Amino acid sequence: MSASLAGVPPRPHPGTPRPYHFPAVHRHTLPNGVTVAVVPMPRLPIVTAMVYVDAGANADPVGEEGLALLTASSLTEGIVGCEGTQLVERFEQLGTVASVWADWEGSYARLTVLKEKVAPALELLAEVLRAPTFPVREVERLRDQRLAGLTQQLAEPRGLADERFDAFLYAPTMRYARPVRGMQETVPRLTREGVAAFHARHYGPSTTMLVLVGDLTPETGAQLATTAFGGWSHAAVRGPAVHDMAAASERRIVLVDKPDAPQSELRVGHVGVPRLHPDYLAIVVMNGLLGGFFSSRINLNLREKHAFTYGASSSFEWRRAAGPFTVGTAVKTEVTGRALEEILKEIDAMRAAPPSASELALAADYLAGVFPLRFESTAAVAGTVAMAESLGVPEDFYSTYRERVRALTVDEVYAAARTHLHPDRLLVLAVGDTTAVAPMLDGMGIGPVTRVAAEFDPTEGR
Amino acid sequence: MQISIETYTLPNGLRVVLSEDHATPIVAVNLWYHVGSANEREGRTGFAHLFEHMLFQGSAQVATNEHFELIQRAGGTLNGSTWLDRTNYYEILPSHQLEIALWLEADRMARLLPAMTQEKLDTQRDVVKNERRWSVDNQPYGTWWERLPALCFPPDHPFHHSLIGSMEDLTEASLEDVAAFFRTYYTPDNAVLTIAGDFDSIEARQLVERHFGEIPRGTGRPALPDMSLPPTFGGRRREVVEDAVVAPRLFLAFRIPPAGDDAWYAVYLLSAVLGSGEACRLETTLVRDQAIATSANAYTYDLTKGSDLLVIDVTARPGVDPSALEAAVEGEVDRMITEGVGEAECRRALALLETAWVAELQSAGSRADALSKFATYHDDPTLLNAELARYAAVSAEEVTVAARRYLVAENRATLLYVPQVPQVVEVAA
Repeated sequence: MSASLAGVPPRPHPGTPRPYHFPAVHRHTLPNGVTVAVVPMPRLPIVTAMVYVDAGANADPVGEEGLALLTASSLTEGIVGCEGTQLVERFEQLGTVASVWADWEGSYARLTVLKEKVAPALELLAEVLRAPTFPVREVERLRDQRLAGLTQQLAEPRGLADERFDAFLYAPTMRYARPVRGMQETVPRLTREGVAAFHARHYGPSTTMLVLVGDLTPETGAQLATTAFGGWSHAAVRGPAVHDMAAASERRIVLVDKPDAPQSELRVGHVGVPRLHPDYLAIVVMNGLLGGFFSSRINLNLREKHAFTYGASSSFEWRRAAGPFTVGTAVKTEVTGRALEEILKEIDAMRAAPPSASELALAADYLAGVFPLRFESTAAVAGTVAMAESLGVPEDFYSTYRERVRALTVDEVYAAARTHLHPDRLLVLAVGDTTAVAPMLDGMGIGPVTRVAAEFDPTEGR
Repeated sequence: MQISIETYTLPNGLRVVLSEDHATPIVAVNLWYHVGSANEREGRTGFAHLFEHMLFQGSAQVATNEHFELIQRAGGTLNGSTWLDRTNYYEILPSHQLEIALWLEADRMARLLPAMTQEKLDTQRDVVKNERRWSVDNQPYGTWWERLPALCFPPDHPFHHSLIGSMEDLTEASLEDVAAFFRTYYTPDNAVLTIAGDFDSIEARQLVERHFGEIPRGTGRPALPDMSLPPTFGGRRREVVEDAVVAPRLFLAFRIPPAGDDAWYAVYLLSAVLGSGEACRLETTLVRDQAIATSANAYTYDLTKGSDLLVIDVTARPGVDPSALEAAVEGEVDRMITEGVGEAECRRALALLETAWVAELQSAGSRADALSKFATYHDDPTLLNAELARYAAVSAEEVTVAARRYLVAENRATLLYVPQVPQVVEVAA
């Protein structure tokens, strides 16, 4: 339908692209070992300060899963002479909120503040990282809130599907089988002493990176970093190596019961590949075609062709070891079987024939084009620099990303599908009305079907 | 901090806002149509939103799903959203691709109907029904965003009914409805087009003229009924909902002046003192000191027509008695009235707002959307540059006065979610 209409402007052609460069990153190391990265983005009078500590959920002791996250969350609960609301109030009077969290790789603290207040805000941020007091009342309150959240999760099908998918995907002894935030069995075991010990073991200059992004020069950034973090001295150890063994190597189905649910939350996938795999970019583009954006095969099939769902997508989750490859969607209960069939077909099709040059160009042009859109804010750039450090992504990755994405060939992308999609190993998990769903899946010949209650966690008491 | 703003109107009534900024080679195209669920006719709840979906189904020169594909090929992102009284559409893309976005938006504004088919409507109807299941029916507390407006606005008020719509009304929507809605509301004189980011203003004016200049003016949209209401609810309202949840959650709503009114800014700061950031009153008392809640927030709906709503939203810990939750929240509200509001807590709220304001305006998409908003609601996009000063001008005394005027008992609407009582299953011996 591209015939032009009389008197109507025809479809335009793009103009000449204007150059884009990922902002320059100025790195140095303080004498005490803190890594510093300063990224000038002088457009608006704000600065984001982000700290990454090599102490993520990967470093949680067995049986105390959730400790890294509780430690990070407790950082802003107290420093000497200032606790609880009082400390939060000091940040907020500077117009900023210090966000603290952990993921698999690291623990993080981040704030964005008007330029003229960056020095006091950064000193306060350094203080909560160097010398938190972890008041027992506040740590236990945060722990109990986390437990409440885990209980609430049982009634929320999306998050439940995500967490249970990982729990059934990885071998029960793998850290990846249990969520970053811990579980009903482990969170009650977390204590103020455990939090303080985790901090003492893993937080120190040698495991810490400070990223400053915004309206400052490399020199100003270096001075700020020295003032805030230069006096810190403490020996710390990095987290252990991570493993990613799967629970099974055959297809299987797990149905998590949520009686009368109008939709099934479906997750289909297998253990993927580590971030630093040499095929990384080819996999990203291949996944783009499969289910990485709106115009991808899985979304157009499940949403625009069959109207089974509001949306469907696929993703590889990038971690130090192999994170999950997952196709995710929520479909009307009655069509759960048919939707699953279409997902399996699309995964098979990706491996059965190479994509067309036009389809590859769609994914590559999309990914290369939206790249600058991801880095408009100081917070986004800071997050990317910290993430690169946490995963060991080479320094030139972002400056060469766009040309390398566009240089990928049909053969390379097809090879990525053949090598990294494994239809014979798929775990299919559905959170929904299992009484209605089980008969649809039983006859499909996918693999053994296990039905469990929402409360059931296969890694418990492992 | 000031951003560049140029504004003009085409002869066909399309208001155009240009905001040039060459920091990054990105441009945002943003269109607001002044139509939302408030404009739906009886028996067609959810139609404005379903119609938004139809705008991505092609137009005279654009095939089904090609709108998404062309923008994604151009290296851009796009979407649309429907609200009570407006619908927006946007593309954010590399700046040398500006014209493809304008061409796509103009083609659907001028020539949508030739591409509409029953099959497309049936597909999107089912997609939207799945959106409803996903966001409302299969989510804990998911019905709150249709129950709360229903509780706070009278039955004949345009904001009373569900935005996502009922399954029955969605089933009834026809191609004739699509044609009528398009002709009535999707006209240049009922829209604002904003371009923000890396472009040349003279060139952009030429492109806008070329693609939008020939689209005929509409025949006039029917006016919404008078939406003014008494300044308060004039009595307590209350609804208790049993839901498949594990913890009680309380929404406590108050009627307040419409957003943009002089009186509104003090109420906004009141909501921030109560429930924005982590050192706010609700978080301090309910989450920290009393430890009965896992989250506590307060916000305004930002409605500009007739009246607005301030909402307190607190989720209890599992096991907390719903009436204890209610008493604790109302206690905080009462304390706001009796003790008033201090200088320091207003300064905290304002400081947080200032930083968030600057951070938000970093993105071309946010600047474009904010400009379209001010142009649509207040007919003056330059108000964006004056907005922060309006918050900064509010004194603590004015916030106290607002608390005593709007937090009163006869202006409270309670929507309380409680866990369903577990069914007792008799087991045969």
